[in-house]
Amino acid sequence: MSELLIETEDGDLDSAPMNLQMGPSHPAMHGTIKMRLKLDGEIVQRSDIEVGYLHRGFEKSCESVTWTQVLPYTDRLNYVSPLCNNVGYCMAVEKLIGVTATERCQYIRTIMAETSRIGDHLTCVGASAMELGAFTAFLYAIEAREELWRLTEAVTGARLTHSYCRIGGLKDDLPLDFEASYRVVEKKVRSLIYDIRALLDTNRIFLDRMKDIGCISAERALSLGFTGPCLRSTGHDYDVRKYAPYMIYDRLDFEVPVGVKGDNYDRYLVRLEEVDQSLRMIDQCFKQIPAGPINVDDGRLVLPAKDEVYHSIEGTIAHFKLIMDGIKVPPGEVYSYTEAGNGELGFYLISTGEGRPYKCRVRPPCWALMQGVAEMVEGYQIADIVPTFGSINMIGGECDR
Amino acid sequence: MAKVVERVGDSFADRIYVPAILAGLKITTRHFFRNLFGQKETVTIAYPEVKIPYSPRWRGQHRLLKRDDGEPRCVACFMCSTACPADCIHIVAGEHDDQGREKFPVRFEIDELRCIYCGMCEEACPCDAIRMDTGLHAAPVYNREAAWVRKDQLLARNGRDYAVRADAEGPPCAVSSK
Ligand code: SF4
Ligand code: SF4
Repeated sequence: MSELLIETEDGDLDSAPMNLQMGPSHPAMHGTIKMRLKLDGEIVQRSDIEVGYLHRGFEKSCESVTWTQVLPYTDRLNYVSPLCNNVGYCMAVEKLIGVTATERCQYIRTIMAETSRIGDHLTCVGASAMELGAFTAFLYAIEAREELWRLTEAVTGARLTHSYCRIGGLKDDLPLDFEASYRVVEKKVRSLIYDIRALLDTNRIFLDRMKDIGCISAERALSLGFTGPCLRSTGHDYDVRKYAPYMIYDRLDFEVPVGVKGDNYDRYLVRLEEVDQSLRMIDQCFKQIPAGPINVDDGRLVLPAKDEVYHSIEGTIAHFKLIMDGIKVPPGEVYSYTEAGNGELGFYLISTGEGRPYKCRVRPPCWALMQGVAEMVEGYQIADIVPTFGSINMIGGECDR
Repeated sequence: MAKVVERVGDSFADRIYVPAILAGLKITTRHFFRNLFGQKETVTIAYPEVKIPYSPRWRGQHRLLKRDDGEPRCVACFMCSTACPADCIHIVAGEHDDQGREKFPVRFEIDELRCIYCGMCEEACPCDAIRMDTGLHAAPVYNREAAWVRKDQLLARNGRDYAVRADAEGPPCAVSSK
């Protein structure tokens, strides 16, 4: 007993540091992740993050399926915003092949990716508020997300595992009444976000847990490879959509919200502000979207129209060939990056010219964020881990692959 | 280009917390009464008595379509099982007595436990013989055996009478605007 008690300078009795294993299946650990903590009373002295519990062998699995069949796997990377991953992957393969999706396709991809992003941010904000006891805000966020998901289901055919994009195009065009349905949903989402903000923005209980907790500086965040809302909350304005505009983002007028201190409150504000910006972008897309084909006119990439398959021998042959051999991607390698819900989502692909990826490496934004978690929780109380970790929005599917 | 977010909540009114409680109560009460009286507005539903209709594109369990003479449309070309990323369609092809038809599936089984409902089989079928418009969820089963759906079961299922993946823009996908 006596060696456990250390007498501090001011004569207080202090206990020896305690080791605590938090996770991997802890209610506040989104996904499965383990933290080994060294605690001095309530204060976290040291922390050690263990990731990898959700490792499914994404990259290896991709090597044994065709380029198209990788798509369902990408749905399961960041499963809260699968369409961002779909778009990111398809753009990478298209870059390697050297084709550009049609105008209409790019607009539809943008609309769907931004819808997905809104759902992602709402989940993150709602879930971290819930962990602080604000259950109402969580329900409102989920209600808004539900509306968005139902809309997405009408377009893609699934609530979560959409597999909507295709190399060179999309599975389907938007439904005819999409814009009208979107307007109904948009109104609800806006009013729910207004309510969430009214509940949380100036709520002292929420603020005391969020402000000045989990701070990280812009330099530190940059050197750890942070991207996305977590980097922007520190004041750096890196956003792939602005720095290296892809698709049609350079034609859209939007701002990049940045924070000041890089604490939990900044991350919360940046996320909600980004939702606003996404809604703005979708509005502009509806104004600009042209009519036209959604798939590139290239029989080597895109399945022929069903009419041709049913009624012409050429169509049938092309259809069989494409499905049996898969898309032939020319040999080469490529790195292509897009802005997903949590930051820069990169795909590094190598093709040897066969019908399958030789290597499909993902640069998941969460992976880099996990490096910074340790220093963002050290020095704060153990209870602060919950909001800090929640506001980082680690997604196991993406981090561990 | 960059827009700095506005940090609020440091005023005296915010620090004493009472106004925030009242403002919060106002919002939750509004939602409460809206749910109480405006039944149409309620978010939750009395599932399973009440169900939200799925959109026409929603992918549920599969079915096999029939020809006019009641036989399966499927010609056992294996396209669906080739395209399937989960490798869950198993077909045994047989020779048909009718020389005009040549091939037909003697067995056609889908392992619904492996299926990821991606819809690639539907897309790959060259004769619109398989669709996912039954509106059925993956049913809970007691053993793995029971999750295998066989040819006669697949043929007995009903769905819509139009193909959703039409190359024209297809039917409108009305979102239930609750
Ligand atoms: S939906 Fe996808 S996983 Fe299921 S049988 Fe069809 S192709 Fe296979
Ligand atoms: S692709 Fe269609 S016709 Fe060919 S085996 Fe599958 S269901 Fe039958």
